[in-house]
Amino acid sequence: MIARLLLGLAALFLVAFLLSPDSFAWLFRPLTSNNAPAIYTQTSLLSLTLSHLGLVALAVIASTIVAVGLGILVTRPAGREFLPLARTITSVGQTFPPVAVLALAVPVMGFGAGPTLVALFLYGLLPIFENTLTGLTSQPPDVTEAARGMGLTRRQRLWQVELPLALPLILAGIRLSAVISLATATIGSTVAAKTLGEVIIAGLLSSNTAFVAQGGLVVGLLAILIYEGFQALESRGARRMGTAGR
Amino acid sequence: MTDLASPAGTASTPAISRPGLLFAALGFVGLVVPLVQFKANRIVLGEGVLLPGALGAAGWLLAAAFAVGLLAGISARLDYRLRLLIGCAGVVAALLALGATAQALTPPDNNMARVAPATGFWLLMLAFALMATDALSRMHLSLAQRWLMLAGAGVVIGAILWSGWLDGVSVMREYAARKDLFWREAWRHLILAFGSLGAALVVGLPIGIGIYQSPRLRRPVLGVLNILQTIPSLALFGIMIPIFGWIAANVPGAASAGIAGIGIFPALVALFLYSLLPVVSNTLVGLNGVSPAARDAAFGLGMTEAQVLRGVLLPLALPVIIAAVRIVLVQNIGLAVIAGLIGGGGFGTFVFQGLNQTAMDLVLLGALPTIALALIAGIALDLLVEALDRHKPERTEA
Repeated sequence: MIARLLLGLAALFLVAFLLSPDSFAWLFRPLTSNNAPAIYTQTSLLSLTLSHLGLVALAVIASTIVAVGLGILVTRPAGREFLPLARTITSVGQTFPPVAVLALAVPVMGFGAGPTLVALFLYGLLPIFENTLTGLTSQPPDVTEAARGMGLTRRQRLWQVELPLALPLILAGIRLSAVISLATATIGSTVAAKTLGEVIIAGLLSSNTAFVAQGGLVVGLLAILIYEGFQALESRGARRMGTAGR
Repeated sequence: MTDLASPAGTASTPAISRPGLLFAALGFVGLVVPLVQFKANRIVLGEGVLLPGALGAAGWLLAAAFAVGLLAGISARLDYRLRLLIGCAGVVAALLALGATAQALTPPDNNMARVAPATGFWLLMLAFALMATDALSRMHLSLAQRWLMLAGAGVVIGAILWSGWLDGVSVMREYAARKDLFWREAWRHLILAFGSLGAALVVGLPIGIGIYQSPRLRRPVLGVLNILQTIPSLALFGIMIPIFGWIAANVPGAASAGIAGIGIFPALVALFLYSLLPVVSNTLVGLNGVSPAARDAAFGLGMTEAQVLRGVLLPLALPVIIAAVRIVLVQNIGLAVIAGLIGGGGFGTFVFQGLNQTAMDLVLLGALPTIALALIAGIALDLLVEALDRHKPERTEA
């Protein structure tokens, strides 16, 4: 209960701060020195936040579609041949540091939002794919057996039984991927993508702690809110499956 | 587990391995796009050069050999061991071909010209590495054999690098220009990754044991650590700088104890904070996973609480705790790159310097060792976890 209240307050504060950053200048004033500005004004914080979230959303939606699609593919009879390979690639691929993926996308894509988007997409694939695989391959055999016994076709089994059962796990994968993407997008500003990292880096370059703090605060709050939001969705999905299964 | 080779749909085409077809497609694209890029200096855009274009007749021969290897992989009847061999040979050959083209293309008296690996090289590497990985994932090797494979791969790649065959390649030229700095930053990177891991173990294990013994503390402790883990790395790294700068300036004795707002210290602390959650939560999961029977038996033998903890609980929880070490180490090796952005050193220095100068070879010099380090750490610790798990067949996972 207290946790939910705190989350609500955090969300409220975030919205208020983004809509009117200047009214919070007093909060960041103590962190500045030599009369440096307390609020980042080069680009409006709101537009940076929106473009940051836009990048993350675009990448996560794309990775979700591709990863869930691939996950379904390799668990069907036609794609089973790829399953061991797919497992190895996801476990090895996740050891690749996101920052390195971002840096390596630059030679291919040039600077700007492009490499960030590609890195976010590629890195976001893995957790979702892994969780889709786990969700689709570790289903209680009696349930799938029952579905088959009811005379459901393969397609019906997939849509009405297997995917709903795997949904909480898939959502957990999307949550992981969204949180990682949010962090990686921050670093995307080093390759000239328009994200909140710009504020933090501007603060680091000009030793203006206020900038670092407000950039960090906004990204941190966004991450926590997204994380908690997905977790609420997951437990709701799991609860529904739990009652539906019984 | 079980081989589900072709229960239904694929029975009509048993002669073709579909993964093999995919690898061959990747590899053939790799053969027809430029293998390397020739650049007049390190910053300008280069022009692509194909294998035959660089090596003439030998290049054609080599390309043909690559093609034969890729085509062989399509056959489903090919033995996995042979497939693995072709994959490994292909990776080595691609590396050697890269070195040879670099030597052939660089004019002898030219220090400015660069030969950088291009799409073709990366695709060939990818195709053969995937072929080897695919074979490996179906071979069910023993642990010892997999340790040997890891060591063998390290030795072969180390030998190729050490032999100087690749010295003409752009990344190695960047390395040659800053050899001392490279090893210093490598050392820094290791200190960042392992130092934060060590600190997290020293602090996290007692916390994990503590919340195991007093369940009421579990939710708040894990909740706080969860939030820490969620904060994006750049933000956390950035916030550490002013905090420690302030501490160094205002707390007497702090500065002389090595605490500073710049340098390695803020990065180390940020990584430490990220490492706490996996260590604490896995310690808890590992301790919870110990069967009550084993615990009661130990108490029945008259052991004290501390003896049970040290002699029974912790050893039985060890595989799960080592699994946390794997998560933390791989994560920290990657995150330590960001230290380069706040002056904390490590391979990230090269990555961000390279991005600033648009010198992609320099980016590679930072990114490739980081990836290699993370891969080795990940694979080695996976093997370790498996070895420990195998020693304790009676353990039951939750």
